[in-house]
Amino acid sequence: MTSDVADPGEAVAIAPAADPGFLQRHGGSIEYILIPGAALVGALAVFGIFVALFGKNPLDLYFYMYQGAFGTWFSWQNTLTRAAPLILTALCTALPAQLGMVIIGGEGALLIGALAATSAALALPSMPPLVVQLAMVCAGMIGGGLWIMLAGGFRQYRGVNETISSLLLVYIALAVLNHLVEGVMRDPASLNKPSTREIGAANMIGSIPGTDVHWGLVFGLIAAIASYVLIYHTTFGFAARVAGGNVRAAKIVGLSVGKLILTICFLAGASAGLAGMVEVAAVQGRTNANLAAGYGFTGILVAFLARQNPLAVIPVAILLGGISASGGLLQRRLGLPDASVLVLQGIIFVFVLASDALYGRIGFLKGKS
Amino acid sequence: MDFGRISRRHLLQGSAAITLGSALGVRSASAADTTIGFIYVGSRDDYGYNQAHAQGAAALKRLPGLKVVEEEKVPETDAVEKTIESMINLDGATLLFPTSFGYYNPHMIKMATKFPKLRFEHCGGLWTEKDPTNAGSYFGYIDEAQYISGIVAGYSTKSGKLGFVAAKPIPQVLRNINAFTLGAKLANPKATTQVIFTGDWSMPVKEAEATNSLIDQGVDVLTCHVDGPKTMVENAARRGAMVCGYHVNQSPLAPKAYLTGAEWNWEALYPKFVKMIAAGEAIPNFYRGGLKEEIVKVSPYGEMVSAEARKHADDIKAKLTSGDYTIFKGPIADNKGKVMIAAGTDRGQKDPELEKMDYLVEGVIGATS
Repeated sequence: MTSDVADPGEAVAIAPAADPGFLQRHGGSIEYILIPGAALVGALAVFGIFVALFGKNPLDLYFYMYQGAFGTWFSWQNTLTRAAPLILTALCTALPAQLGMVIIGGEGALLIGALAATSAALALPSMPPLVVQLAMVCAGMIGGGLWIMLAGGFRQYRGVNETISSLLLVYIALAVLNHLVEGVMRDPASLNKPSTREIGAANMIGSIPGTDVHWGLVFGLIAAIASYVLIYHTTFGFAARVAGGNVRAAKIVGLSVGKLILTICFLAGASAGLAGMVEVAAVQGRTNANLAAGYGFTGILVAFLARQNPLAVIPVAILLGGISASGGLLQRRLGLPDASVLVLQGIIFVFVLASDALYGRIGFLKGKS
Repeated sequence: MDFGRISRRHLLQGSAAITLGSALGVRSASAADTTIGFIYVGSRDDYGYNQAHAQGAAALKRLPGLKVVEEEKVPETDAVEKTIESMINLDGATLLFPTSFGYYNPHMIKMATKFPKLRFEHCGGLWTEKDPTNAGSYFGYIDEAQYISGIVAGYSTKSGKLGFVAAKPIPQVLRNINAFTLGAKLANPKATTQVIFTGDWSMPVKEAEATNSLIDQGVDVLTCHVDGPKTMVENAARRGAMVCGYHVNQSPLAPKAYLTGAEWNWEALYPKFVKMIAAGEAIPNFYRGGLKEEIVKVSPYGEMVSAEARKHADDIKAKLTSGDYTIFKGPIADNKGKVMIAAGTDRGQKDPELEKMDYLVEGVIGATS
């Protein structure tokens, strides 16, 4: 929250005759919609030029992107299914960002959460499904939470850069997963694809009724809204933002920065761990190397595009889900390689980051025109 | 929902076709088109696993009345389910080839259950009695081609040291390593194969390191079993070593170093499948074969392969093709001296014991764990 909102005093002093009240009151909020929106349009325009260089019609491109992502009910479900894990993994980056920390290890927390959730389900073979599912949620969140808390602890007590340590913890998590899945947890029947035993069809959490979208979407929405309330409407969240703004000032006013870091890191990891649990309980039905599909890494992109706002994570995740959902159609109809979707993601990322410089500088939003 | 199937382009094409059709009095041929969907886990020009399937898809494209849609880099998550549904809903695909091993369970099974009237063909040989009957899984005994590569390698090596860059110590990979080594020992009883496992299917950096490390140890002929042999082939050729390819013919990458290679023959199998469907025949749900069934093949020999090697390799190839040769013929001991296949026991191509292979034969330097 570093961007300066329009200074009311200055705006009043040079306010034009036409009613400036609305812009004065809401100019800051409008900026948060207008600037990323313009960045998105700009990115799509540049991508259109890029595609035109390959001899494809950009209008076809936009049409297929719309059709593949939002054009039909099926496309919507496709988009939302892809967005669900991204909301949760994005929170793993967005929450610590409130404290000024750059955590990029959501993928590791997802894998550990998946392992923990699978272990919980396999440890409770004859319990009713609801008990197993609750145990999986708890295990997944605790597993993922502790994993990122580790990075937070290293930072607080050992001065280790949390960006590096959280990234390296991803590779450790992957190695732990492979070791267990190919060793003690391996289902002997999984000959050529080492996997754990299945958690059982009864324990799967299934889809939201009437759709193909799994419950991970609802978990993501709840987690994002809860994070928003926590950060912007509680004293805890206020304390976190103070510490994020200036650690020394936070210490002087008596905030326990260490506790804040560990708690926030735990919550961040817990949401990525929950994403791992959902991948097991709604999609794969067991743990194997398939879980390392990169949701944790795409989550970083989502968090930065959402400017680390937990609520903005939701639309951004849906947008990126839509881009990836339409990627298939671009390949099939326009013959573009898969990498073109990555090019688009990269262009959007650059535009959104560059547009950061515009906040507070758009004259008419301050009522100055 | 149905509007989703009609893209703007199709509308335009359709109206143009109707105008043209009514003007010339011809019937549109596109009504009889069958759409076939191919899904790859990596990029389709990887000189490896995915390219082999893409070559099969290309063979289908050349047949009249078939439309092929392709999508690459689809992860083994619910993304592949959405890709399958998208191909069905938006492209009208009626025959689908999800080609990666990890697509099968649970993803393809789920889709085959959801769309019982459509046909699914998966590569991996995983179908069992309890799976849907519209799902099929095919695979090839490519160890037969590896055996031929081994013979050629055994004649070509000067140091007697062969190298194998492998992904994971799973039965399919171990069987290839063992067949290659047994083949080499036919030509040179003292030959050894040093194996390095990289830990995953696509690890270009580790594959390059493994290649260099093998050559540093005196290995002068290399082969591999990873998704994309390109890294190994190019690096080995640059270092002056010779190579045997895998998945597809990599001789364009290293024309002077390429001895021969074990290739998939999907361009022969896929048209066969389509013809069987067109003739109303049922494709066996579990479909496997080797050189004899034209599911695998051996790359043409490179210039540097000696006449002696060619003769011996061709001789064994002819026997394998006629079906009267056994590669895993007792006595066979593992590289710790334990007899794995007793004298007098023949383990033929389809022997289920070979599917569980968890050892390396005598002559292989390396360990499975």
